[in-house]
Amino acid sequence: MSTVTETPARPAAGFRVTRSQRNVAWTGIAALAVVVVMAMFPYFVYAGTTSVLVQAFIVLTMASMWNLLAGYAGLVSVGQQAFVGLGAYFVLILAINGISPFAALPVAAIGAGVVALPLWWLVSRLRSGYFAIATWVLAATIMLIIERFSSIGGGTGMPLPGFAGFDPTLLTAYTYWAGLAVTVITLLVIYLILRGRLGLVLTAIRDDEVAARSSGARVGWARMLVFLVAGAGCGAAGGVLAISQLQVQPSAVFSVQWTAEMGFATIIGGLGTIEGPILGTAVYMVLQQTLATYNAWYLIILGLVAIVIALFARRGLWGLVDSRLNVRLFPVGFWLRLDGEANGRRSRTPRQRRPAKHGA
Amino acid sequence: MAWVNAIIQGVLTGGLYALFACGLSLMFGVMKVVNLAHGDLAVVAGYIAIGVITVTHIPTLWSFLIVVPVMAAIGYALQRTLIQASLDRGVLTTLIVTFGLSVVIENALLQFFTANSRGIGVGLPLVTESFSIGSGIQIAYLLVVIFAVAVVVLSGLQYFLSRSKYGRLIRAAADDQEAVQLSGADYRHVFGICAALAFGTVALGGIAYGMYSQLSPTTGTDTILLFAFAAVVIGGLGSLWGTLLGGVVLGVAQQIGAQVNISYELLAGYFVFLAVLVLRPQGLTYRRAQS
Repeated sequence: MSTVTETPARPAAGFRVTRSQRNVAWTGIAALAVVVVMAMFPYFVYAGTTSVLVQAFIVLTMASMWNLLAGYAGLVSVGQQAFVGLGAYFVLILAINGISPFAALPVAAIGAGVVALPLWWLVSRLRSGYFAIATWVLAATIMLIIERFSSIGGGTGMPLPGFAGFDPTLLTAYTYWAGLAVTVITLLVIYLILRGRLGLVLTAIRDDEVAARSSGARVGWARMLVFLVAGAGCGAAGGVLAISQLQVQPSAVFSVQWTAEMGFATIIGGLGTIEGPILGTAVYMVLQQTLATYNAWYLIILGLVAIVIALFARRGLWGLVDSRLNVRLFPVGFWLRLDGEANGRRSRTPRQRRPAKHGA
Repeated sequence: MAWVNAIIQGVLTGGLYALFACGLSLMFGVMKVVNLAHGDLAVVAGYIAIGVITVTHIPTLWSFLIVVPVMAAIGYALQRTLIQASLDRGVLTTLIVTFGLSVVIENALLQFFTANSRGIGVGLPLVTESFSIGSGIQIAYLLVVIFAVAVVVLSGLQYFLSRSKYGRLIRAAADDQEAVQLSGADYRHVFGICAALAFGTVALGGIAYGMYSQLSPTTGTDTILLFAFAAVVIGGLGSLWGTLLGGVVLGVAQQIGAQVNISYELLAGYFVFLAVLVLRPQGLTYRRAQS
């Protein structure tokens, strides 16, 4: 692992190590174009569409964070709703004190990340399955504590103040931009994390934890950082949630349904890739929108699909795309290219049971 | 006197929590499966009991004669299919699959049986009546029965696992699947039997909770699973008698919390859980994890 450096080319040795097969600049420009186009949506689409997209942004932010936890660090948290709720309440508390909910978003993210530190100290004592339920218990405990404070709505919650002077159309647009900004920053942070040193450790844990430990990777430390980042990300998503719903209700923001949604979207899209949660969120939104009139059915179907995919297509839908086309939207790995070889080979075999690729 | 009463009530509800917890503990101890759908399956058992009682008109108490075998069969089938398949693919998959199962069951119950809560045996003398010791201590017959059932189930399981021939096989399969397979026993079948046992206790827990309180689709996760887990952690992972102690400690903490202020009931229980996690993460009764 450490022998692979960032050096883009070493022609004398007869092989080259690169981040991507294609020019990264093009993917960067394409991503920028997508963001710019999406940022202009409030000017030419209906408010109904942007509010659906805000929901998609929230799910995508949470799913990307859950992917970092489960897909890379091997931490299955069933209590991420703790941070969603905390983010929503940070925004509410600041709004009560006269700070604009939009300005409160960064504070909500940082606040949730800071709270994640003592929580990590508690739950990191337990392994895998018990870690999962312990995070759930923590989320329930935090909700019970917050319900004790009647000044922030107690058990019933309260509407979010601070929107008195806003024009409804402008408010919808601002909410949309806030959601877009949170999502773009989330994806950027994850991309940068995975390209850096921490990313190498995380990818090593994802592929083989024991081997990662024995190679001297600081597994515990990496896991803690991921837990903090995921806390902050889910906090930001919770803040956007509070703004988009204009109210904060403890049983709604601390619902385990958030973890179900982020987890299922990630699993369906594909664990352990940045692209997976994006594809998964798209599938999730389509299902949710088409089945919206059938109450709980979308969660039942989503759960069944997630179970089937977890058992029979471990790398999710993106894994199926990847095994056919061999593409990366976010190049975070390395490619080893021998001289005269057109397509190149990956320097690290990503998965043990990888199906034979076409044309590679 | 009120405090003595709270402690007695807490000890008795601890029996109920131990009944929730022993299935979770058993499945973790033997298969290393943390079944996140544990609580929802208890609710399913309770709903089956309600259905059986309305259809066949058998006495409420005897409904367990039908529900326990049904749940045991479901447990065996689930273990041999879904859970074994996910076990073969690793811990992560097991968690994802059981969590998926939990969400699917909960929402299916919501969809088909609405969010209304239902009780089992509402109005029965056993459920409503109580006896009093001195002044101010009222003990419900039902809680005494549930506590006794919990003790019988736990000692039965303990005896079965440590003394019987099949129990020895289960312990062997828990220690080393391949070695058991080589000795001529199919470890998958052994795991299936173990899951059937665990689901049998889940059924008893679901019926008991339905009589003690009310069942609704969300009871499975926000009450049964979390209480069961707290009891397991407080008592010590993988120890059967530990789960009884854990259940009792959780129950007493909740009742004392409720005595201070009724809204502190759940918080007090979780705080004890967190305190144990901080001070004694191996649980109150730590021994080398036994099957």
